[in-house]
Amino acid sequence: MTIIIILVLGILMLSSAILALQLKDLVAAIISAGVISLLASVLFLILAAPDVAMTEAAIGSGLTTVVFLFTINRIRKLKGDDDG
Amino acid sequence: MLLITIFGFALIFIGIWGMLTQKNIIKMIIGFSIVDTGIHLVILSIGFRKEGTAPIIDATLSKAEAVSRAIDPIPSALVLTAIVIGLAVTALMLVYAFKMYEKKGSLQIKDFKELKW
Amino acid sequence: MVRKIFLFIILILFLYMIFPLISEFKILSQIPDLAKYYLEKGPDELGSANLVTSVIVSYRGLDTLGEVTVLFIATAGIGFLLRKKSRISLTPNRKASEILRTGSAFLLPIIFLYGIFIFTHGHLTPGGGFQGGVIIASGILLLMLAEISWKMNYLILHWVESLSGFFYVIIGLLGIFLAAGFLDNRLLPLGDFGRLFSAGAIPFIYSFVGLKVGSELVGILTKLQR
Repeated sequence: MTIIIILVLGILMLSSAILALQLKDLVAAIISAGVISLLASVLFLILAAPDVAMTEAAIGSGLTTVVFLFTINRIRKLKGDDDG
Repeated sequence: MLLITIFGFALIFIGIWGMLTQKNIIKMIIGFSIVDTGIHLVILSIGFRKEGTAPIIDATLSKAEAVSRAIDPIPSALVLTAIVIGLAVTALMLVYAFKMYEKKGSLQIKDFKELKW
Repeated sequence: MVRKIFLFIILILFLYMIFPLISEFKILSQIPDLAKYYLEKGPDELGSANLVTSVIVSYRGLDTLGEVTVLFIATAGIGFLLRKKSRISLTPNRKASEILRTGSAFLLPIIFLYGIFIFTHGHLTPGGGFQGGVIIASGILLLMLAEISWKMNYLILHWVESLSGFFYVIIGLLGIFLAAGFLDNRLLPLGDFGRLFSAGAIPFIYSFVGLKVGSELVGILTKLQR
């Protein structure tokens, strides 16, 4: 049973990693990079490390995504400022 | 837990491939964070043991049982601090990317020719 | 073309490097001696139920101090690079939606309470200073998104960060004089196993770590959004 869960999570994780690198839209790529961390945190829980799973879920999929999005926001504003 | 180790190495592989092939600097940083997650998975899966449980003493795990059933706490402690550092380093790299954009008005790596040889 | 060949060679070398790691991998049946010591002696020696916490705070406490220093340096670097106020206005003029503002007013105290619970109970349940600090930083992030005109008071942030780092090192140094070494938690009595005020100085050390990590992450977020 655990094997099936690990297989499903792992395959989802690898496919979202490939998506994160291949998608043209940067925001979509950042969101799928956040999904990798979220799935990895479930794998950490299966590896009997709840402390690490909590940290990864809060940092990897929460704050890292937000930091990326804030940077994209800054860059887009700068781009709009240069054009107009 | 060989399967999780393999997935971790596969993530590192995809991340390195992304860092080497992508043209956009933000995509390179995404590749770096994928490598980060992969390394955490590999370290933790090496510290796992058969039928292991979390190293927290409570009603289900007595002090005497801890040696025979709990997992190795050292990789957990290492990875815990590594994740927090990873966020700070990623944020620093993103700020540098923003500064580079401010300078040149582009995020494509081919526009930065100063280090080309 | 040359670049593609180089890329191919690098990836093949990487696969060659990890191949023995995978082919000789076996699940540990016997954990290493150091881990055995921590698992066997840890609960009685330091009085902490969560053994990951006892490794982070006390046995490998110096590493954690170094890690907090790395975090501080990275935050200082971000503050240095973004020191000029940006010439563009980053915050939109309109207000956030009604649902977001009402929901955040309701959720914010609960998120802060949860964060404080996590870092004061780091020695009993999964969690601790790092997780609690991150949860408090996410609470402030919610506030930043809901109340767009709200500005962080940098003076308070600065003092919280400096004082928590200062007291963290002071408790560590007290450990040298009152107990066995730097960051030894036995300068306070160990108390009853499994209570909130037990495990010596671990709850205090981890609370200071939590405050420091939380204020540094809030610093990163506010500087990026400004």
